[in-house]
Amino acid sequence: MEAFLRDLLLNTAWYFTAARGLILILIVMTIAGYSVLLERKASAWIQGRIGPNRTNHPLIAWIPGLGNFLMKGGFIQPAADGLKFLFKEDALPGHVRKTYYVLAPIVALAPALIVLIMLPFGKLPTGEAISLTQGADVGVLFMFAVSSLGVYGIALAGWSANSKFPFLGAVRGSAQLISYELAMGLSVLTVFLATSGPGQDHGLSLVAIVDAQTGAWNILYHPVAALVFLISIFAETNRHPFDMPESETDLVGGFHTEYGAFKFGLFFVAEYGHMVIGSSLFILMFLGGWHVLPWVPTVGSGAVASLLGVAAFFAKLCFFLFFFVWVRWTIPRFRYDQVMRIGWRVLLPVAILNLLVYFLYYALTGAR
Amino acid sequence: MAIKVVERRPLTLAERSYLPQILAGLKVTWDNMVRPPVTLQYPDERPAIPQNYRGVPTLVMDPNGREKCVSCQLCEFVCPPKAIRITPGEIAPDAPNAHVEKAPQEFEINMLRCIYCGLCQEVCPEEAIWLQSQYSMTGTNREMMVNNKARLYELGGTLPDGHHKWDKKKQEAERQAQEGH
Repeated sequence: MEAFLRDLLLNTAWYFTAARGLILILIVMTIAGYSVLLERKASAWIQGRIGPNRTNHPLIAWIPGLGNFLMKGGFIQPAADGLKFLFKEDALPGHVRKTYYVLAPIVALAPALIVLIMLPFGKLPTGEAISLTQGADVGVLFMFAVSSLGVYGIALAGWSANSKFPFLGAVRGSAQLISYELAMGLSVLTVFLATSGPGQDHGLSLVAIVDAQTGAWNILYHPVAALVFLISIFAETNRHPFDMPESETDLVGGFHTEYGAFKFGLFFVAEYGHMVIGSSLFILMFLGGWHVLPWVPTVGSGAVASLLGVAAFFAKLCFFLFFFVWVRWTIPRFRYDQVMRIGWRVLLPVAILNLLVYFLYYALTGAR
Repeated sequence: MAIKVVERRPLTLAERSYLPQILAGLKVTWDNMVRPPVTLQYPDERPAIPQNYRGVPTLVMDPNGREKCVSCQLCEFVCPPKAIRITPGEIAPDAPNAHVEKAPQEFEINMLRCIYCGLCQEVCPEEAIWLQSQYSMTGTNREMMVNNKARLYELGGTLPDGHHKWDKKKQEAERQAQEGH
């Protein structure tokens, strides 16, 4: 034991790992914070309002021009929101199952973080994929497997809260996630059938699928699969119009009714983390990943091309985060039975048929 | 009258798929988004108050700077939430407007009780109490929410008045005194 501890203290590699982990968490929290800001601003614009434009810090307000711009754009607001979550009293209700109640937000957030560090979002001039961890070229199956673990957080939260509305929310959420996982998987299978069939050794790698999209993007070859996948990620991330687990109007706050302060904040970050994951997967598989335009995979060469590629990926990601918000303020929430009907009786058959058609096409023509 | 039978045609596949409707909805929200916001940034920008707005009740003076209220207490009696409290007082015999005889010694309107109904303005025979354009009353304690006479005149100011009721009465009295009635 003592040797282990000494090893732990002396081995500097641990410190780097810990520092990297902290930086990653900061980045994810910041992304989540600014997604919330985007959500608030975009909803305000759609409703003819202005949105957050008051929060400021004296030190920032002191900067001429920029300080005012940051205040009007609400760019300081996420810091205020985050600090509010951090400093609120972290109440523990008396009627909850305490261990699981504390565990639930962690279980909800951890899968999102794990998948986020694995996501490739660019390519180095040497040809290696850029992501937050090395050796991140894992298959899409791993991503789906881990990211759908997030449902355990919701189920656990609903059950441990020991209260009927969170429980209903959790049951709905789990049922919905399981239902849409099928259609999602089948739509992804169609894409991989086309780009990484037998004879190619990259299997289910996301980097390979981006490499395969140097010409036309997959959304042009697989519009139906893209549509099914898009609808499924809306359901998987519990966003409108599929936000069954926390339908405020009928379930108070849904699965996180009993949560407050930083624990609620963790659920929030997890939701936005899942949004980032869903959008990234869609971009990687259907929208050419870090390729700038269809038939124009790179602009410039060397480091410039890499940077522009990363920029292209983040531009697409920003558009998608905005799209989530845009859809949220456009469509009303589906009823629970409608959600189930769409999942099982529309999306699943469509995905199966789509897969079959492509399968037969490739089998009969040998084309790829 | 001929009955026109409206044919209820079944929904087309596109309509049943719900997707064109979603796209149309997205266009609606997009159009809303690029439209300029309608928000009024309240403490910085103030709304334009229309004339005849019934805001905080105030006491006004006539164009000669004389306080119009003669402390008849009609407003005190008519006030539904009993927000008005008047202490009547005499006007000194050597004052320039001694002919009016009475004026309020103290006049209090409790804005915590006031319901802005405007009955005081309606009932006032002297047109001395007016609900004017001030719409925001704030205070940090209960005393601050009770407007006393000085504050009521400060809020009310002077309103144009073509009647000159008491001037005319005075002139009439002087004329009659001259003619020896």
